Amino acid sequence: MRRFTPLRPDPRALLARANPVAKLGAAAILMGILFIGSGPVTPAIVLAGLVAAVPLTGLALRTILLRTWPLLLAALTVGVLNVVLAPASGDGPDFANGAALGLRLLGIALSGVIALATTEPTELADSLQQQAHLPPRLAVGVLAAVRTLPIMAIEWQLIGMARRARGVSGGRSPLAAARLSFGKLLALLVGAVRRATRLALAMDARGFDTATSRTIARPQAVRPADWGLLLAAVALGAAALWFGGGA
Amino acid sequence: MLLGASGSGKSTLLFGLAGLLEGGESEGELRVDGVAPARARARTGIVFQDPEASLVMAHAGDEVAFGLENRCVPPNDIWPRVDEALELVRFPYGRGRPTDALSGGEQQRLALAAALALRPSLLLLDEPTANLDPAGAGLVRGALKRVLAGGERTMVLVEHRVADAAELVERVIVLEAGAGVIADGPPAEVFQERGDELAAAGIWVPNHPLPIPPENPRHTPETILDAEQVAYQFPGDDTAAVGPMDLQVRSSEALAIVGPNGSGKSTLALMLGGLLRPTTGSVRGRDGQQLWRLPADRLAASIGSVFQDPEHQFLTGSVRDELMLGPLQRQSSVAEAASRADELMTRLRLGALAEANPFTLSGGEKRRLSVATALAASPRVLILDEPTFGQDRRTAVELLDLLARQREEGGAICFVTHDLPFAAALADRALELGR
Repeated sequence: MRRFTPLRPDPRALLARANPVAKLGAAAILMGILFIGSGPVTPAIVLAGLVAAVPLTGLALRTILLRTWPLLLAALTVGVLNVVLAPASGDGPDFANGAALGLRLLGIALSGVIALATTEPTELADSLQQQAHLPPRLAVGVLAAVRTLPIMAIEWQLIGMARRARGVSGGRSPLAAARLSFGKLLALLVGAVRRATRLALAMDARGFDTATSRTIARPQAVRPADWGLLLAAVALGAAALWFGGGA
Repeated sequence: MLLGASGSGKSTLLFGLAGLLEGGESEGELRVDGVAPARARARTGIVFQDPEASLVMAHAGDEVAFGLENRCVPPNDIWPRVDEALELVRFPYGRGRPTDALSGGEQQRLALAAALALRPSLLLLDEPTANLDPAGAGLVRGALKRVLAGGERTMVLVEHRVADAAELVERVIVLEAGAGVIADGPPAEVFQERGDELAAAGIWVPNHPLPIPPENPRHTPETILDAEQVAYQFPGDDTAAVGPMDLQVRSSEALAIVGPNGSGKSTLALMLGGLLRPTTGSVRGRDGQQLWRLPADRLAASIGSVFQDPEHQFLTGSVRDELMLGPLQRQSSVAEAASRADELMTRLRLGALAEANPFTLSGGEKRRLSVATALAASPRVLILDEPTFGQDRRTAVELLDLLARQREEGGAICFVTHDLPFAAALADRALELGR
C-alpha cells in the first residue's frame, strides 16, 4: 500500500512565503511565454531561470525530480518522438524542433510544479478568495475535495484487494483486466460521491451553505516581494523572447 | 439518548433536528426552539459517526476556525475561540497539527471542538464513538461530560453501545420503525422494565450480554495459516507498521486481533488474507505457498476475507448472483451454485432479497451478505475486519452464531475488532497489538 504525503518545503524559503496567487500569476506568465515562443532558445532560457529558482523553493532539486519524473519523462519522450517521427527533410533529423518542443513542455511542467509544490493548499484557497476574489464555494470546496484525494488513493488499493479476495483478478487477458479496472473505477466513484455528500453535509452543518459572506481566519498579504516575483517572471520571459528570436 | 435497531430512524431524526434533511416526504412538524430546524441551525451543532469523512481542513486549528469563518466572526475573535474549544475537549496538540496525522479519537474530539466553537445550545451526536478504540472512545466521553457539565446545553446522542454512554444522559427514547417512540424515560427505568424486550428487538442494552455460543468442541486443531517474521512497512516510513511477528491461525479456532487504532490490525489482516505482500517475512498456507503469490480464484477458495466496508466487495447486480459467484469460480455447476446460494440466503435471512441490488441493502443486510459471499466459496479460513462495526445487537448475535458454526465445522476464524464483548463471546485466543 502507498500512502501519500504532501511535500513540505522549508517555510522560510522565499517562494514558500510568497503569496499563492502571485506564484500562480508568475507561473502563468512563464507558461504564456513558452506557448508563444518558438525555437529551442526561448524555452531553454526560461528553463534555466526556473532551475536557478529551485533553491528559493526550500525544496531539494532531488525531491522535486523524484516527485515529478513521470512528467519530465513525458516531456522528454515528446521531444524525442518529434525528432524521430518528423517527416525527413533534406538535411537529416530535425533536432531543433524536437528539442524546442521537449524544452517547452519541461518548462511548462516545472513552472507549475514550483508554484504548486511551494504552496500550502489552505493558503492557496485563502488567497484565491482574498486576492483573486473567487467565490468561497469554489475555493473552499476544491480545498476540501483535495483533502480527500489521499483517502481515494488508499480506497483504490483497498477495492483492488477486496476484489482479489472475491477471487476476481485481471489475469492475463487485457480485456478482463480492462473490465476489472472499469469495475474498480465504478466502485471508487460510488464511494467518492457518497463521501462528498457526507462532507458537504458536514460543511453545511457548520453554516457553509447559508454563509452569504464569510470572514477569513488567515489573512493573506500581498507584499512588495510578491510584486517582485511577478516582475522577475516578466523580465525572464522578455529576455527569453528577446534572445530566442521572438514569436 | 436515542436508541433503536438498525432502520428505526434514529439518524434520520437527528439529521432532521440538525436541519439537514432535504427532499423526501415528511409528515408532522419538527421544531427546535419553536422554529423549523433549518432556521435554528445557528443554535445546533452536529458531530458525525466518521470523523475522517467530516473533516474539511488540513490543520486542526483551521478545522475549528472553518465554522467561525462561515458565521462571519471577526478574524481577531476567531483564534481565541478556537483555542477555547480545543482546550474544552483537551485536544492534545497545537493548532498546526495536520488533521490526517490524528488518531480516530483525536479526530473525533477535534470534530467536537469544531461544533462547540459555534456555541450551540443543542448538540447532536450520531454514534460519535462507533469508529473508535475503547481508549479513544473513553476520551471522547470524558470531553462530552465536561461540555455538558455546565448544564447550559442540550445533547441528543444516538448510540449503539449503550452501557458506556448511559452515564452521560438523563433520558432514553427508544424508536422503532413504523411504531415511533416505544419507550421514554430515565435510563435505569427503561432498561429495568423493558430491557429483555429491547434486547430481543436488536437494541444494545446494558446487562444483556451476547449469548455465549455452545462450547467449542475443538477437533484436533491444525495450523492452516503460518506467518513467520511477517512485517509491513509503508514506503517512506522508518519503522514497520506491523511486526515482525510469528502467528499461526488454526482450524476449529477463533482468533481475535485487538489493539488501539493505528496499531496495524487491518494491515495484518490483509497480509493474513493473502491480499497484501508483506515487506519482510512470509504468510504460507498448508501447501507451503506464500499466499500473496496465489492466483485470486485459488486464494478465494481457501481464504475468505470480509472487509470493513462491505460495498468494496460487491461485484454483481443481485444478492443471488453475488452468492453464486464463488461457487461458479470453483467450477461448480449452475444448479450446485444456486443451491449453495439458496442455503446461505436462508441461513442469513436474505431470502426475500434474492433479486435486490446489494448496494441498496441496509447496513446489517450488507454485512450479512458480505460474510455470506465469503462463505459461499467454502474457505477453511475466514478473516473479518470489524465484523460488528455499526451493527445492531440482532446482527451481532447472528454473526456470532454463524461464525461459531463455521468454527464447529473445523473452520478457522480470525477477526479484527474493537468490540470487546463480541471478542469475549467468540474468541478462543486473542492477539493484542500495540502501537
